[in-house]
Amino acid sequence: MTLAGAASRQYRSDVMADDDQRFGLNRRVRLDAPLRLDSGGSLSAVEIAYETYGRLGADASNAVLICHALTGDQHVASHHPVTGKEGWWTRMVGAGKPIDPARHFIVCANVLGSCMGSSGPASIDPATGAPFAMRFPVITIRDMVRAQAMLLDHLGVDRLLAAVGGSMGGMQVLEWAATYPGRVRSAVVIASAARHSAQNIAFHEVGRQAIMADPNWRAGDYYAANDPPSAGLAVARMAAHITYLSEAGLTAKFGRQLQARDAKSFGFDADFQIESYLRHQGIRFVERFDANSYLYITRAMDYFDLAEEYGGTLATAFQGTATRFCLMSFTSDWLYPTSESRRIVHALNAAAAHVSFVEIDSSLGHDAFLLDVPEMNRVVDGFLRAAAS
Amino acid sequence: MTLRPDLAAIAEAVPVGARVLDVGCGDGALMAALRDGKGVDARGIELSREGVSAAVARGLSVVQGDADTDLRDYPTDAFDYAILSQTLQATRAPDQVLDQLLRIGRHAIVSFPNFAYWRVRLSLMFAGRMPTTRALPASWYETENIHFCTIDDFRALIGAKRLTVERARFLTHGRPRGAALANLMAEQAIFVLRR
Repeated sequence: MTLAGAASRQYRSDVMADDDQRFGLNRRVRLDAPLRLDSGGSLSAVEIAYETYGRLGADASNAVLICHALTGDQHVASHHPVTGKEGWWTRMVGAGKPIDPARHFIVCANVLGSCMGSSGPASIDPATGAPFAMRFPVITIRDMVRAQAMLLDHLGVDRLLAAVGGSMGGMQVLEWAATYPGRVRSAVVIASAARHSAQNIAFHEVGRQAIMADPNWRAGDYYAANDPPSAGLAVARMAAHITYLSEAGLTAKFGRQLQARDAKSFGFDADFQIESYLRHQGIRFVERFDANSYLYITRAMDYFDLAEEYGGTLATAFQGTATRFCLMSFTSDWLYPTSESRRIVHALNAAAAHVSFVEIDSSLGHDAFLLDVPEMNRVVDGFLRAAAS
Repeated sequence: MTLRPDLAAIAEAVPVGARVLDVGCGDGALMAALRDGKGVDARGIELSREGVSAAVARGLSVVQGDADTDLRDYPTDAFDYAILSQTLQATRAPDQVLDQLLRIGRHAIVSFPNFAYWRVRLSLMFAGRMPTTRALPASWYETENIHFCTIDDFRALIGAKRLTVERARFLTHGRPRGAALANLMAEQAIFVLRR
Protein backbone atom coordinates (compact mmCIF):
# COMPACT_ATOMS: atom_id res chain seq x y z
CA MET A 1 0.00 0.00 0.00
CA THR A 2 1.37 3.42 -0.81
CA LEU A 3 0.37 6.85 0.20
CA ALA A 4 -0.33 9.54 -2.34
CA GLY A 5 -1.24 12.98 -1.06
CA ALA A 6 -3.71 13.58 -3.84
CA ALA A 7 -5.35 10.21 -3.32
CA SER A 8 -5.74 10.78 0.39
CA ARG A 9 -7.49 14.09 -0.21
CA GLN A 10 -9.85 12.35 -2.55
CA TYR A 11 -10.66 9.74 0.13
CA ARG A 12 -11.72 12.39 2.53
CA SER A 13 -15.22 12.83 1.25
CA ASP A 14 -15.68 9.12 0.69
CA VAL A 15 -17.92 7.11 2.95
CA MET A 16 -15.89 4.38 4.61
CA ALA A 17 -16.37 1.17 2.68
CA ASP A 18 -16.44 -2.13 4.56
CA ASP A 19 -13.78 -3.67 2.35
CA ASP A 20 -11.43 -0.68 2.55
CA GLN A 21 -8.05 -2.24 3.23
CA ARG A 22 -6.83 0.84 5.07
CA PHE A 23 -9.01 0.06 8.05
CA GLY A 24 -8.99 -2.70 10.63
CA LEU A 25 -6.54 -4.63 12.77
CA ASN A 26 -2.93 -5.40 11.85
CA ARG A 27 -2.64 -2.79 9.10
CA ARG A 28 0.57 -1.48 7.68
CA VAL A 29 1.37 1.37 5.32
CA ARG A 30 4.55 2.48 3.59
CA LEU A 31 4.71 6.26 3.52
CA ASP A 32 5.56 7.26 -0.04
CA ALA A 33 7.09 10.58 0.92
CA PRO A 34 10.35 10.70 2.88
CA LEU A 35 9.96 11.51 6.54
CA ARG A 36 11.83 14.67 7.52
CA LEU A 37 13.73 14.16 10.76
CA ASP A 38 14.69 16.61 13.51
CA SER A 39 18.24 15.28 13.34
CA GLY A 40 18.51 16.92 9.92
CA GLY A 41 18.22 13.98 7.57
CA SER A 42 15.21 12.15 6.27
CA LEU A 43 14.04 8.57 6.18
CA SER A 44 12.47 7.09 3.08
CA ALA A 45 10.15 4.12 2.70
CA VAL A 46 8.99 4.45 6.29
CA GLU A 47 6.55 1.75 7.34
CA ILE A 48 3.92 2.36 9.98
CA ALA A 49 2.04 -0.52 11.60
CA TYR A 50 -1.33 0.51 12.98
CA GLU A 51 -4.83 -0.57 13.87
CA THR A 52 -8.18 1.12 13.53
CA TYR A 53 -11.37 0.41 15.42
CA GLY A 54 -14.85 1.68 14.66
CA ARG A 55 -15.97 3.61 11.62
CA LEU A 56 -14.91 7.00 10.40
CA GLY A 57 -18.06 9.13 10.31
CA ALA A 58 -19.22 10.64 7.04
CA ASP A 59 -17.89 14.03 8.14
CA ALA A 60 -14.69 12.40 9.49
CA SER A 61 -15.22 14.20 12.81
CA ASN A 62 -15.06 11.23 15.19
CA ALA A 63 -11.40 10.24 14.85
CA VAL A 64 -9.44 9.59 18.04
CA LEU A 65 -5.70 8.99 17.86
CA ILE A 66 -4.23 6.99 20.72
CA CYS A 67 -0.52 7.46 21.30
CA HIS A 68 1.27 4.68 23.13
CA ALA A 69 4.02 4.77 25.75
CA LEU A 70 7.66 3.65 25.56
CA THR A 71 7.07 -0.09 25.30
CA GLY A 72 3.49 0.03 24.01
CA ASP A 73 2.28 -0.81 20.56
CA GLN A 74 -0.62 -0.52 18.15
CA HIS A 75 -2.56 -3.32 19.84
CA VAL A 76 -4.43 -0.95 22.11
CA ALA A 77 -7.52 -3.13 22.29
CA SER A 78 -6.62 -6.29 20.38
CA HIS A 79 -4.62 -9.33 21.40
CA HIS A 80 -0.87 -8.96 21.29
CA PRO A 81 0.53 -11.28 18.59
CA VAL A 82 3.53 -12.36 20.70
CA THR A 83 2.19 -12.55 24.24
CA GLY A 84 -1.43 -13.36 23.40
CA LYS A 85 -2.47 -10.89 26.08
CA GLU A 86 -5.38 -8.52 25.56
CA GLY A 87 -4.66 -4.97 24.40
CA TRP A 88 -2.75 -2.65 26.72
CA TRP A 89 -5.59 -0.16 27.22
CA THR A 90 -8.79 -2.20 27.15
CA ARG A 91 -9.84 -0.39 30.34
CA MET A 92 -10.05 2.84 28.32
CA VAL A 93 -10.82 1.60 24.79
CA GLY A 94 -13.67 -0.71 23.87
CA ALA A 95 -17.43 -1.17 24.01
CA GLY A 96 -18.90 0.92 26.79
CA LYS A 97 -15.53 2.54 27.55
CA PRO A 98 -14.67 6.25 27.32
CA ILE A 99 -13.15 5.64 23.88
CA ASP A 100 -15.69 3.45 22.18
CA PRO A 101 -15.60 2.01 18.64
CA ALA A 102 -19.38 2.40 18.55
CA ARG A 103 -18.89 6.19 18.61
CA HIS A 104 -15.29 6.82 17.69
CA PHE A 105 -13.00 5.98 14.82
CA ILE A 106 -9.93 4.93 16.77
CA VAL A 107 -6.40 4.90 15.37
CA CYS A 108 -3.36 3.55 17.19
CA ALA A 109 0.01 3.31 15.45
CA ASN A 110 3.25 1.74 16.54
CA VAL A 111 5.70 4.63 16.98
CA LEU A 112 8.61 5.21 14.67
CA GLY A 113 11.68 3.46 16.08
CA SER A 114 9.69 0.71 17.74
CA CYS A 115 9.65 -2.99 16.90
CA MET A 116 6.06 -4.04 16.30
CA GLY A 117 5.99 -3.39 12.58
CA SER A 118 6.87 0.28 12.22
CA SER A 119 10.28 1.25 10.91
CA GLY A 120 12.96 0.98 13.56
CA PRO A 121 16.48 -0.27 14.12
CA ALA A 122 15.42 -3.88 13.43
CA SER A 123 14.04 -2.92 9.99
CA ILE A 124 16.00 -3.70 6.85
CA ASP A 125 18.04 -0.79 5.54
CA PRO A 126 17.30 -0.76 1.79
CA ALA A 127 20.79 0.60 1.18
CA THR A 128 22.54 -2.45 2.65
CA GLY A 129 19.92 -5.19 2.78
CA ALA A 130 20.78 -5.70 6.45
CA PRO A 131 19.02 -4.43 9.59
CA PHE A 132 19.69 -0.77 10.36
CA ALA A 133 20.76 -1.54 13.93
CA MET A 134 22.61 1.58 15.20
CA ARG A 135 22.67 3.03 11.67
CA PHE A 136 19.00 3.91 12.17
CA PRO A 137 18.80 7.68 12.62
CA VAL A 138 18.19 9.02 16.12
CA ILE A 139 14.56 10.06 16.16
CA THR A 140 12.48 12.45 18.27
CA ILE A 141 8.96 12.62 19.61
CA ARG A 142 8.22 15.15 16.84
CA ASP A 143 9.47 12.71 14.22
CA MET A 144 7.05 10.11 15.59
CA VAL A 145 4.24 12.64 15.38
CA ARG A 146 5.12 13.67 11.82
CA ALA A 147 4.89 10.02 10.79
CA GLN A 148 1.50 9.74 12.50
CA ALA A 149 0.30 12.83 10.65
CA MET A 150 1.23 11.17 7.35
CA LEU A 151 -0.66 8.07 8.46
CA LEU A 152 -3.74 10.19 9.14
CA ASP A 153 -3.42 11.70 5.65
CA HIS A 154 -3.47 8.17 4.33
CA LEU A 155 -6.57 7.36 6.38
CA GLY A 156 -8.40 10.48 5.21
CA VAL A 157 -8.47 12.04 8.67
CA ASP A 158 -7.85 15.75 8.44
CA ARG A 159 -8.77 16.73 11.97
CA LEU A 160 -8.84 14.64 15.12
CA LEU A 161 -11.66 14.81 17.60
CA ALA A 162 -8.98 13.95 20.12
CA ALA A 163 -5.41 12.83 20.55
CA VAL A 164 -5.05 10.78 23.72
CA GLY A 165 -2.00 9.37 25.46
CA GLY A 166 -0.30 8.58 28.74
CA SER A 167 3.38 8.93 29.59
CA MET A 168 5.34 9.09 26.30
CA GLY A 169 1.91 8.98 24.62
CA GLY A 170 1.13 12.24 26.39
CA MET A 171 4.35 13.76 25.04
CA GLN A 172 3.21 12.89 21.53
CA VAL A 173 -0.19 14.46 22.22
CA LEU A 174 1.48 17.69 23.40
CA GLU A 175 3.70 17.62 20.31
CA TRP A 176 0.63 17.04 18.12
CA ALA A 177 -1.10 20.06 19.63
CA ALA A 178 2.00 22.22 19.14
CA THR A 179 2.97 21.04 15.64
CA TYR A 180 -0.49 20.57 14.11
CA PRO A 181 -2.81 22.81 16.16
CA GLY A 182 -5.41 22.87 13.40
CA ARG A 183 -5.64 19.10 13.31
CA VAL A 184 -6.37 18.46 17.01
CA ARG A 185 -9.71 19.60 18.47
CA SER A 186 -8.94 18.19 21.89
CA ALA A 187 -5.97 16.69 23.66
CA VAL A 188 -5.87 14.28 26.59
CA VAL A 189 -2.49 14.12 28.33
CA ILE A 190 -2.19 11.65 31.21
CA ALA A 191 0.76 11.23 33.60
CA SER A 192 3.12 13.02 31.26
CA ALA A 193 5.50 15.94 30.95
CA ALA A 194 6.57 18.58 28.44
CA ARG A 195 10.21 17.68 28.99
CA HIS A 196 12.34 14.94 30.42
CA SER A 197 13.88 15.80 33.77
CA ALA A 198 17.43 15.00 34.82
CA GLN A 199 16.03 12.13 36.88
CA ASN A 200 14.08 10.77 33.89
CA ILE A 201 17.20 10.91 31.72
CA ALA A 202 19.25 9.30 34.48
CA PHE A 203 17.00 6.25 34.75
CA HIS A 204 16.95 5.84 30.98
CA GLU A 205 20.72 6.00 30.86
CA VAL A 206 20.94 3.17 33.40
CA GLY A 207 18.73 1.09 31.12
CA ARG A 208 20.74 1.89 28.03
CA GLN A 209 24.02 1.12 29.74
CA ALA A 210 22.62 -2.23 30.92
CA ILE A 211 21.84 -3.13 27.30
CA MET A 212 25.17 -1.91 25.96
CA ALA A 213 27.07 -3.74 28.71
CA ASP A 214 25.60 -7.03 27.57
CA PRO A 215 28.26 -8.72 25.34
CA ASN A 216 25.43 -9.95 23.14
CA TRP A 217 24.62 -6.37 22.19
CA ARG A 218 27.58 -6.34 19.77
CA ALA A 219 27.32 -2.57 19.16
CA GLY A 220 23.75 -3.18 18.01
CA ASP A 221 24.51 -5.78 15.33
CA TYR A 222 22.99 -8.78 17.09
CA TYR A 223 20.18 -9.59 14.67
CA ALA A 224 22.12 -12.09 12.51
CA ALA A 225 23.47 -13.95 15.54
CA ASN A 226 19.93 -14.64 16.70
CA ASP A 227 21.19 -14.17 20.25
CA PRO A 228 19.96 -10.75 21.39
CA PRO A 229 21.17 -8.89 24.54
CA SER A 230 18.30 -10.25 26.59
CA ALA A 231 20.07 -10.03 29.94
CA GLY A 232 20.86 -6.35 29.44
CA LEU A 233 17.38 -5.55 28.20
CA ALA A 234 15.83 -7.43 31.14
CA VAL A 235 17.88 -5.39 33.61
CA ALA A 236 16.84 -2.20 31.80
CA ARG A 237 13.22 -3.24 32.16
CA MET A 238 13.64 -4.13 35.83
CA ALA A 239 15.13 -0.75 36.65
CA ALA A 240 12.46 1.06 34.65
CA HIS A 241 9.67 -0.99 36.17
CA ILE A 242 10.55 0.28 39.64
CA THR A 243 10.02 3.82 38.39
CA TYR A 244 6.52 2.90 37.20
CA LEU A 245 5.44 1.89 40.72
CA SER A 246 5.31 3.70 44.02
CA GLU A 247 7.00 2.92 47.30
CA ALA A 248 3.61 2.62 48.99
CA GLY A 249 2.38 0.33 46.22
CA LEU A 250 5.47 -1.89 46.43
CA THR A 251 5.19 -2.10 50.21
CA ALA A 252 1.51 -2.98 50.06
CA LYS A 253 2.01 -5.63 47.37
CA PHE A 254 5.33 -7.19 48.42
CA GLY A 255 6.70 -5.68 51.60
CA ARG A 256 9.59 -7.86 52.75
CA GLN A 257 7.75 -11.08 52.00
CA LEU A 258 9.87 -14.03 50.94
CA GLN A 259 9.32 -15.87 47.68
CA ALA A 260 8.19 -19.51 48.16
CA ARG A 261 10.45 -20.10 51.15
CA ASP A 262 10.29 -19.80 54.92
CA ALA A 263 13.69 -18.27 55.56
CA LYS A 264 16.40 -16.28 53.83
CA SER A 265 18.69 -18.51 51.77
CA PHE A 266 21.91 -16.66 52.57
CA GLY A 267 22.54 -16.63 48.84
CA PHE A 268 21.58 -14.59 45.82
CA ASP A 269 18.44 -16.33 44.67
CA ALA A 270 15.34 -14.24 44.47
CA ASP A 271 14.64 -14.55 48.18
CA PHE A 272 12.20 -11.67 48.22
CA GLN A 273 8.93 -11.56 46.31
CA ILE A 274 9.85 -8.19 44.85
CA GLU A 275 13.02 -9.69 43.34
CA SER A 276 11.10 -12.54 41.83
CA TYR A 277 8.50 -10.14 40.48
CA LEU A 278 11.08 -7.87 38.84
CA ARG A 279 12.94 -10.81 37.30
CA HIS A 280 9.66 -12.05 35.88
CA GLN A 281 8.95 -8.61 34.42
CA GLY A 282 12.38 -8.57 32.81
CA ILE A 283 12.04 -12.04 31.30
CA ARG A 284 8.54 -11.39 29.92
CA PHE A 285 9.66 -8.12 28.39
CA VAL A 286 12.57 -9.43 26.32
CA GLU A 287 10.22 -11.85 24.56
CA ARG A 288 8.36 -8.96 22.96
CA PHE A 289 10.79 -6.06 22.70
CA ASP A 290 13.89 -5.22 20.71
CA ALA A 291 16.87 -3.89 22.69
CA ASN A 292 17.89 -1.37 20.03
CA SER A 293 14.34 -0.01 19.87
CA TYR A 294 14.60 0.50 23.62
CA LEU A 295 17.74 2.57 23.09
CA TYR A 296 16.19 4.69 20.34
CA ILE A 297 12.85 5.37 22.01
CA THR A 298 14.36 6.24 25.40
CA ARG A 299 16.66 8.62 23.55
CA ALA A 300 13.70 10.27 21.84
CA MET A 301 12.07 10.77 25.24
CA ASP A 302 15.26 12.19 26.76
CA TYR A 303 15.59 14.66 23.90
CA PHE A 304 12.01 15.81 24.39
CA ASP A 305 11.70 19.38 25.64
CA LEU A 306 8.76 21.08 24.00
CA ALA A 307 9.70 24.52 25.31
CA GLU A 308 13.13 24.23 23.72
CA GLU A 309 11.47 23.77 20.33
CA TYR A 310 9.74 27.13 20.88
CA GLY A 311 12.51 29.41 22.04
CA GLY A 312 12.54 28.21 25.63
CA THR A 313 9.00 29.30 26.55
CA LEU A 314 6.47 26.52 26.79
CA ALA A 315 3.50 28.87 26.41
CA THR A 316 4.80 29.84 22.96
CA ALA A 317 4.22 26.24 21.83
CA PHE A 318 0.50 26.76 22.41
CA GLN A 319 0.10 30.42 21.39
CA GLY A 320 -3.30 31.02 19.83
CA THR A 321 -4.31 27.39 20.08
CA ALA A 322 -7.98 26.45 19.75
CA THR A 323 -7.32 22.92 21.05
CA ARG A 324 -9.01 22.01 24.33
CA PHE A 325 -6.71 20.27 26.76
CA CYS A 326 -7.40 17.83 29.55
CA LEU A 327 -4.47 16.84 31.77
CA MET A 328 -4.33 14.29 34.55
CA SER A 329 -1.64 13.28 36.99
CA PHE A 330 -1.52 10.77 39.83
CA THR A 331 -0.57 11.57 43.41
CA SER A 332 1.92 8.68 43.71
CA ASP A 333 3.56 9.13 40.27
CA TRP A 334 7.13 10.26 40.97
CA LEU A 335 8.34 9.60 37.41
CA TYR A 336 6.10 12.26 35.84
CA PRO A 337 4.91 14.05 38.97
CA THR A 338 2.01 16.46 39.29
CA SER A 339 4.43 19.40 39.20
CA GLU A 340 5.25 18.56 35.55
CA SER A 341 1.56 18.55 34.62
CA ARG A 342 1.06 21.81 36.49
CA ARG A 343 3.91 23.32 34.51
CA ILE A 344 2.02 22.50 31.32
CA VAL A 345 -1.22 23.87 32.78
CA HIS A 346 0.60 27.07 33.70
CA ALA A 347 1.88 27.44 30.13
CA LEU A 348 -1.56 26.73 28.67
CA ASN A 349 -3.09 29.35 30.96
CA ALA A 350 -0.48 31.84 29.86
CA ALA A 351 -1.48 31.05 26.26
CA ALA A 352 -5.17 31.52 27.21
CA ALA A 353 -5.87 27.96 26.12
CA HIS A 354 -8.83 25.93 27.30
CA VAL A 355 -7.35 23.57 29.84
CA SER A 356 -8.68 21.24 32.48
CA PHE A 357 -6.53 19.45 35.02
CA VAL A 358 -7.12 16.90 37.75
CA GLU A 359 -4.67 15.23 40.08
CA ILE A 360 -6.09 11.79 40.76
CA ASP A 361 -5.53 10.11 44.10
CA SER A 362 -3.89 6.74 43.49
CA SER A 363 -1.18 4.60 45.08
CA LEU A 364 -0.43 2.86 41.78
CA GLY A 365 2.43 5.15 40.76
CA HIS A 366 3.07 6.07 37.14
CA ASP A 367 1.48 2.82 35.96
CA ALA A 368 -1.91 4.07 37.19
CA PHE A 369 -2.78 5.36 33.72
CA LEU A 370 -2.82 1.75 32.44
CA LEU A 371 -4.75 0.36 35.40
CA ASP A 372 -8.24 0.41 36.80
CA VAL A 373 -8.71 4.01 37.94
CA PRO A 374 -12.43 4.77 37.60
CA GLU A 375 -11.97 8.50 38.16
CA MET A 376 -9.56 8.76 35.21
CA ASN A 377 -12.14 7.02 33.03
CA ARG A 378 -14.90 9.33 34.25
CA VAL A 379 -12.87 12.43 33.44
CA VAL A 380 -11.82 11.18 29.98
CA ASP A 381 -15.39 10.13 29.22
CA GLY A 382 -16.86 13.47 30.29
CA PHE A 383 -14.20 15.44 28.46
CA LEU A 384 -14.53 13.52 25.18
CA ARG A 385 -18.33 13.63 25.23
CA ALA A 386 -18.24 17.39 25.75
CA ALA A 387 -15.60 17.74 23.01
CA ALA A 388 -17.79 15.85 20.54
CA SER A 389 -20.88 17.96 21.19
CA MET B 1 -31.78 24.74 35.54
CA THR B 2 -32.09 27.58 38.01
CA LEU B 3 -28.98 29.01 39.59
CA ARG B 4 -28.60 29.45 43.33
CA PRO B 5 -29.71 33.03 44.12
CA ASP B 6 -26.21 34.23 45.03
CA LEU B 7 -24.83 32.79 41.77
CA ALA B 8 -27.69 34.39 39.84
CA ALA B 9 -26.75 37.74 41.40
CA ILE B 10 -23.16 37.22 40.22
CA ALA B 11 -24.25 36.15 36.73
CA GLU B 12 -26.30 39.33 36.47
CA ALA B 13 -23.17 41.40 36.97
CA VAL B 14 -21.17 39.71 34.19
CA PRO B 15 -21.54 41.31 30.74
CA VAL B 16 -22.18 39.30 27.59
CA GLY B 17 -19.07 37.80 26.00
CA ALA B 18 -16.75 38.55 28.92
CA ARG B 19 -13.68 36.48 29.77
CA VAL B 20 -14.25 35.05 33.22
CA LEU B 21 -12.21 33.08 35.75
CA ASP B 22 -14.36 31.41 38.41
CA VAL B 23 -12.20 30.64 41.43
CA GLY B 24 -13.74 27.89 43.52
CA CYS B 25 -16.16 27.03 40.74
CA GLY B 26 -17.53 23.85 42.33
CA ASP B 27 -19.27 21.70 39.73
CA GLY B 28 -19.27 24.58 37.25
CA ALA B 29 -22.95 25.56 37.57
CA LEU B 30 -22.22 29.29 37.30
CA MET B 31 -19.70 28.83 34.49
CA ALA B 32 -22.16 26.73 32.49
CA ALA B 33 -24.90 29.31 32.99
CA LEU B 34 -22.58 32.14 31.91
CA ARG B 35 -21.40 30.19 28.87
CA ASP B 36 -24.88 29.15 27.78
CA GLY B 37 -26.72 32.34 28.72
CA LYS B 38 -24.20 35.06 27.98
CA GLY B 39 -21.63 33.57 25.62
CA VAL B 40 -19.00 34.01 28.27
CA ASP B 41 -15.54 32.48 27.83
CA ALA B 42 -15.26 30.91 31.26
CA ARG B 43 -12.42 29.09 33.01
CA GLY B 44 -12.45 27.67 36.50
CA ILE B 45 -10.32 26.65 39.45
CA GLU B 46 -11.65 24.15 41.95
CA LEU B 47 -10.07 22.40 44.90
CA SER B 48 -12.18 19.23 44.95
CA ARG B 49 -11.63 16.44 42.43
CA GLU B 50 -15.34 15.72 42.34
CA GLY B 51 -16.05 19.31 41.39
CA VAL B 52 -13.43 19.32 38.62
CA SER B 53 -14.68 16.01 37.22
CA ALA B 54 -18.27 17.22 37.16
CA ALA B 55 -17.29 20.50 35.50
CA VAL B 56 -15.11 18.80 32.88
CA ALA B 57 -18.03 16.50 32.02
CA ARG B 58 -20.03 19.67 31.31
CA GLY B 59 -17.46 20.67 28.73
CA LEU B 60 -15.94 23.34 30.96
CA SER B 61 -12.24 24.08 31.35
CA VAL B 62 -11.46 23.68 35.01
CA VAL B 63 -8.10 23.24 36.69
CA GLN B 64 -7.75 21.57 40.05
CA GLY B 65 -6.10 24.10 42.27
CA ASP B 66 -6.09 26.26 45.34
CA ALA B 67 -7.01 29.95 45.43
CA ASP B 68 -4.28 30.56 48.01
CA THR B 69 -1.41 29.15 45.95
CA ASP B 70 -2.35 28.80 42.30
CA LEU B 71 -3.70 32.21 41.32
CA ARG B 72 -0.19 33.56 40.94
CA ASP B 73 0.26 31.19 37.97
CA TYR B 74 -2.21 33.22 35.92
CA PRO B 75 -1.02 36.10 33.77
CA THR B 76 -1.95 39.69 34.66
CA ASP B 77 -5.09 41.04 32.96
CA ALA B 78 -5.93 37.61 31.56
CA PHE B 79 -9.62 38.00 32.36
CA ASP B 80 -12.30 40.66 32.40
CA TYR B 81 -13.82 39.25 35.58
CA ALA B 82 -12.37 37.06 38.31
CA ILE B 83 -15.10 35.55 40.46
CA LEU B 84 -14.74 34.25 44.00
CA SER B 85 -18.06 32.99 45.27
CA GLN B 86 -18.49 31.77 48.83
CA THR B 87 -14.78 30.97 49.02
CA LEU B 88 -13.08 34.07 50.46
CA GLN B 89 -13.73 32.98 54.05
CA ALA B 90 -12.10 29.58 53.34
CA THR B 91 -8.78 30.98 52.11
CA ARG B 92 -5.67 31.30 54.27
CA ALA B 93 -4.90 34.84 53.16
CA PRO B 94 -8.12 36.51 51.93
CA ASP B 95 -6.43 39.89 51.43
CA GLN B 96 -3.76 38.39 49.16
CA VAL B 97 -6.36 36.38 47.26
CA LEU B 98 -8.23 39.62 46.66
CA ASP B 99 -5.03 41.21 45.32
CA GLN B 100 -4.54 38.26 42.97
CA LEU B 101 -8.14 38.40 41.73
CA LEU B 102 -7.73 42.05 40.77
CA ARG B 103 -4.38 41.40 39.14
CA ILE B 104 -5.70 38.57 36.95
CA GLY B 105 -9.05 40.23 36.29
CA ARG B 106 -9.82 43.87 35.59
CA HIS B 107 -12.88 43.37 37.78
CA ALA B 108 -13.51 41.01 40.67
CA ILE B 109 -16.81 39.68 41.95
CA VAL B 110 -16.67 38.43 45.50
CA SER B 111 -19.51 36.88 47.47
CA PHE B 112 -19.37 35.77 51.08
CA PRO B 113 -21.58 34.97 54.08
CA ASN B 114 -22.02 37.90 56.44
CA PHE B 115 -20.90 36.99 59.94
CA ALA B 116 -22.72 39.99 61.38
CA TYR B 117 -26.11 38.73 60.16
CA TRP B 118 -28.53 39.09 63.09
CA ARG B 119 -29.16 35.34 63.42
CA VAL B 120 -25.43 34.75 63.75
CA ARG B 121 -25.23 37.51 66.37
CA LEU B 122 -28.15 36.01 68.30
CA SER B 123 -26.60 32.60 68.26
CA LEU B 124 -23.39 33.95 69.75
CA MET B 125 -25.14 36.22 72.19
CA PHE B 126 -27.75 33.86 73.61
CA ALA B 127 -26.44 30.36 73.02
CA GLY B 128 -22.84 31.42 73.58
CA ARG B 129 -21.81 28.98 70.87
CA MET B 130 -20.30 29.35 67.42
CA PRO B 131 -23.31 29.57 65.14
CA THR B 132 -24.34 26.73 62.87
CA THR B 133 -26.98 27.91 60.45
CA ARG B 134 -28.45 26.76 57.16
CA ALA B 135 -25.78 28.73 55.33
CA LEU B 136 -23.01 27.72 57.77
CA PRO B 137 -23.77 24.14 58.79
CA ALA B 138 -20.31 22.91 59.91
CA SER B 139 -19.14 22.96 63.53
CA TRP B 140 -16.20 25.21 64.44
CA TYR B 141 -13.67 22.37 64.56
CA GLU B 142 -14.46 21.00 61.12
CA THR B 143 -15.44 24.10 59.16
CA GLU B 144 -13.43 25.05 56.10
CA ASN B 145 -14.34 28.65 56.82
CA ILE B 146 -11.36 29.94 58.71
CA HIS B 147 -11.60 33.67 57.97
CA PHE B 148 -15.14 34.83 58.56
CA CYS B 149 -15.84 38.48 58.04
CA THR B 150 -18.74 40.87 58.20
CA ILE B 151 -19.90 43.19 55.45
CA ASP B 152 -18.38 46.11 57.30
CA ASP B 153 -15.08 44.22 57.71
CA PHE B 154 -15.02 43.66 53.96
CA ARG B 155 -15.82 47.29 53.24
CA ALA B 156 -12.94 48.28 55.50
CA LEU B 157 -10.55 45.96 53.64
CA ILE B 158 -11.48 47.26 50.19
CA GLY B 159 -11.27 50.79 51.57
CA ALA B 160 -7.75 50.16 52.83
CA LYS B 161 -6.83 48.71 49.46
CA ARG B 162 -8.42 51.72 47.71
CA LEU B 163 -10.55 49.52 45.51
CA THR B 164 -13.66 50.78 43.80
CA VAL B 165 -17.01 49.16 44.49
CA GLU B 166 -18.90 49.03 41.20
CA ARG B 167 -21.96 47.50 42.79
CA ALA B 168 -23.01 45.63 45.90
CA ARG B 169 -25.92 43.22 46.28
CA PHE B 170 -27.30 41.70 49.47
CA LEU B 171 -29.37 38.58 49.96
CA THR B 172 -31.33 37.13 52.83
CA HIS B 173 -32.94 33.72 52.44
CA GLY B 174 -31.99 33.97 48.78
CA ARG B 175 -34.01 37.15 48.30
CA PRO B 176 -32.48 40.55 47.51
CA ARG B 177 -32.62 43.26 50.11
CA GLY B 178 -31.47 46.83 50.24
CA ALA B 179 -28.13 48.18 51.35
CA ALA B 180 -29.63 49.81 54.43
CA LEU B 181 -28.63 47.92 57.57
CA ALA B 182 -27.08 45.25 55.34
CA ASN B 183 -24.43 44.43 57.92
CA LEU B 184 -27.22 43.38 60.31
CA MET B 185 -29.93 42.17 57.97
CA ALA B 186 -28.13 40.51 55.03
CA GLU B 187 -27.16 36.85 55.10
CA GLN B 188 -24.87 37.15 52.07
CA ALA B 189 -23.10 39.92 50.18
CA ILE B 190 -21.96 40.17 46.56
CA PHE B 191 -19.46 42.89 45.67
CA VAL B 192 -18.30 43.87 42.20
CA LEU B 193 -14.89 45.56 42.48
CA ARG B 194 -12.32 47.12 40.27
CA ARG B 195 -8.79 48.38 40.74
